[in-house]
Amino acid sequence: MLQPWLHSIEGATHIGLVYAIMALGVYITYRILDFPDLTVDGSFTTGGAVAAIMITQGYNPWLATGAAFAAGLAAGACTGLLHTKGKINGLLSGILMMIALYSINLRIMGKPNIGFYNEASLFSEISKNPVTYMIVLVAAAFFIKFLLDSFLHTDIGLALRATGDNARMIRSFGANTDITTVVGVSVSNGLVALSGALIAQQQGVTDINMGVGMIVAGLASVIIGEAIFGARTVFRATLAVVFGAIVYRIIYAVALRMEMNPQDMKLITAVIVIVALVLPTIQRALKNRGLARKRSSELSAAASSSSKGGAV
Amino acid sequence: MLQLSKVTKLFNPGTPDEKVALMDIDLTFKPGDFVTVIGSNGAGKSTLMNIISGVMKPDIGEVRIQGNAIQKLPEHERSRWIARVFQDPMAGTAPRMTIEENLSIAYSRTKKRSFGWGVTSSKRKMFREHLQRLGIGLEHRLGAKVGLLSGGERQALSLLMATFTKPDILLLDEHTAALDPARADLITKLTDEIVREMKLTTLMVTHNMEQAIRLGNRLIMMDKGRIILDIPQERKKGLTVSQLLGEFERISGHQLSDDRIVLG
Repeated sequence: MLQPWLHSIEGATHIGLVYAIMALGVYITYRILDFPDLTVDGSFTTGGAVAAIMITQGYNPWLATGAAFAAGLAAGACTGLLHTKGKINGLLSGILMMIALYSINLRIMGKPNIGFYNEASLFSEISKNPVTYMIVLVAAAFFIKFLLDSFLHTDIGLALRATGDNARMIRSFGANTDITTVVGVSVSNGLVALSGALIAQQQGVTDINMGVGMIVAGLASVIIGEAIFGARTVFRATLAVVFGAIVYRIIYAVALRMEMNPQDMKLITAVIVIVALVLPTIQRALKNRGLARKRSSELSAAASSSSKGGAV
Repeated sequence: MLQLSKVTKLFNPGTPDEKVALMDIDLTFKPGDFVTVIGSNGAGKSTLMNIISGVMKPDIGEVRIQGNAIQKLPEHERSRWIARVFQDPMAGTAPRMTIEENLSIAYSRTKKRSFGWGVTSSKRKMFREHLQRLGIGLEHRLGAKVGLLSGGERQALSLLMATFTKPDILLLDEHTAALDPARADLITKLTDEIVREMKLTTLMVTHNMEQAIRLGNRLIMMDKGRIILDIPQERKKGLTVSQLLGEFERISGHQLSDDRIVLG
């Protein structure tokens, strides 16, 4: 009776581990650079499109996946340049690139949907054995997590983190914040496109709309992960993002199992993100008010007792 | 060392709000000069700092450091020579990063940043030694997030971050003004010690008249975008706050009006 449930949770974990790479990309822009980057909806599909077209044309899947990553880097660099050099508002830069990428993705694919189930992909051999498949996916997600952790602890990585934390300060210590921003957005979209390429190979299909709502799914993963697993250090935060992506996919799978309408899933995701964003604000406000009341009454009690003392 | 010639800067040029921020500033600092700057509101003290550090570019005039004309260079390229401490204790450090990561960023001020590790054990050892001299126990908290420190601790850290790499020019922009008196005293004391010991060429804007007289070897008074008085070491030694204010009134023809002025 539990069998189908376990099966969908296993499937959700497979997908979640690949989506985790996308969520790590969203983490770079949203948390590190403090730059909500909507390019993601376009660059995810770009990754899938490049991988699909190259694999169907007989290129090595590794090469196709690498090219997808590079295409994501380029898309992110464009958004970064629009924002830093073109002085366009960050949200708008992302929206513009997302729209531009929709047409570019169609050009790459030539049609809105490419199925390539029968072609040899990175997963076609390993997915036959469920145990190896899981091990490989876990290894891949954690390899990228550790690589990102390391990058964020290099001199360049520190400058990147400081750009989102205190741009004025890092400029006074000789970093060009335009360059660090472009690098950050670029790496972010590289990871997103890589994730798109891998998802396309897992599913055996690339669809022009596969990236729609990806930014919200990425945010949901980051926020759920941080809420459950904490984010005190970079190492913890990226770990939380990976687990967050898996948890998000499991929630998604459970909701589908409970026969919710798949069309409602984007609404549900948006609600999850809204609740996760609003709850901490309310919590903080309540806590602050409580603390202020407590301290004020303590101080006023102390003051009145000392004034009584003075009168005697 | 640092030389400004004919530096002029207007705000809102050609509009009804046009304002002379700096007019014909000629200023030369010798190596090791520690110059304090005082003046009314809107005298141009902060603009002077911003022109030197590259936050603003002069409309006309030249800024030279060690013979290089730098007035066209952006802020981040001038940081090779110049380090700064801001008035706001929050401005000089990255709160979500640790003390050692902040120091590591400051350590890279003069270097090209690479993919090498930001914090290494040898750097950590050096950071600990430098932190020790602040005498506020930060050497035991290398891994703590800077956002957890008090304003005074953050400003002490900012001061260390600006100075331990021995900049050619140190700019201090009212860096004790936002602190309570006890903490301001600590930062003033540390500033004096560090600047003297490392013989840093320093420009310090202050609202504290007593501090302006006591610290440094030269005092500059500004009004309406001009330098109206330049007092060398010998005359500065015997000066009192009331003499200084009297001098200001005599030359400028009005009282030193500064809503944050501290007399002594």
